[in-house]
Amino acid sequence: MLQLFGMIDFLLQPWPWYVAGPIIAFCMFLMFFFGKKFGVSSNLETVCAMGGAGKFVDFFKFDWKKNIWNLMFVVGLVLGGFIADQWLTPDETVALNPATVQDLYDIGIHNAGSSYLPDEIYGLESMFTVKGFLILLAAGLLVGFGSRYAGGCTSGHGIVGLSSLSMESFIAVGGFFIGGLIMTWFILPYLF
Amino acid sequence: MKYIKYILVGILFGITLSKSEVISWYRIYEMFKLQSFHMFGVIGSAVAIGVILMYLFKNEKLKTYTGKPIVVEPKKKGIPRNLFGGIIFGLGWALGGACPGPMYILLGKGAVAILVVLLGAHLGAFLYHAVKRHLPH
Repeated sequence: MLQLFGMIDFLLQPWPWYVAGPIIAFCMFLMFFFGKKFGVSSNLETVCAMGGAGKFVDFFKFDWKKNIWNLMFVVGLVLGGFIADQWLTPDETVALNPATVQDLYDIGIHNAGSSYLPDEIYGLESMFTVKGFLILLAAGLLVGFGSRYAGGCTSGHGIVGLSSLSMESFIAVGGFFIGGLIMTWFILPYLF
Repeated sequence: MKYIKYILVGILFGITLSKSEVISWYRIYEMFKLQSFHMFGVIGSAVAIGVILMYLFKNEKLKTYTGKPIVVEPKKKGIPRNLFGGIIFGLGWALGGACPGPMYILLGKGAVAILVVLLGAHLGAFLYHAVKRHLPH
């Protein structure tokens, strides 16, 4: 009984990296075990094809129904986010490095770590300003465009590609970091 | 019914990325500021186990549940596509603090503003295929 309470207590705490990483690898294994692939960003193309993008760009004329399994994976992601939020996260604070909290304060992002997302970007008030809306839209555009240009995102290139020791994925993940460092160090400080 | 297993894997993945705070904008910022080991530990340990899995796939020690060999499709070759695509992706990842998986997980968490990011991501994927013949690959 005590062990059960210990287990539940552990589940409700933030999970450390050495728990998360192996589970991610296990998820990848399961998708391959089921005879499929592990990659999220190709769903963006599937949804475009579903929505009739083939009328404008020939690429999207593929039969999106063959990718339903991956859309189901995405349905699971949404459900997983809901379950974690509703029942598994009693405390939403993120224990950041105090230096990070200070750096964020200095660039205009306050209360860093008091919840998962900064109000300055994800608050409804920011979303309904022109600047706030454009920041969110630009973030999405860059991720969508870049992941399909590179042919994969953090899952396809980051996890599967690096695990396969693929040179292409080392270049792509190197690119992820070049872009991420440029944004974090040289662009974000001037946005807020 | 045959799709339920993919939903279940998605749920496990979604809960894991939520509980390990990978879906937090702040964790991505902290990673790119090189101020925390957390994200490097998450990705690094997944890849370390992944390397072993790939080895077992290749040697056919692990097969699909129907007994077929697991073949991992190689990524498309070409430095420009991977480098430039990667850089563009990285800019967006650090700005919105979310790559595609976490976008959907945050939607389930009830973050309404992520809908704008998701709209952008679909538009971005569409735009890429609309203009790709003009891009270096």
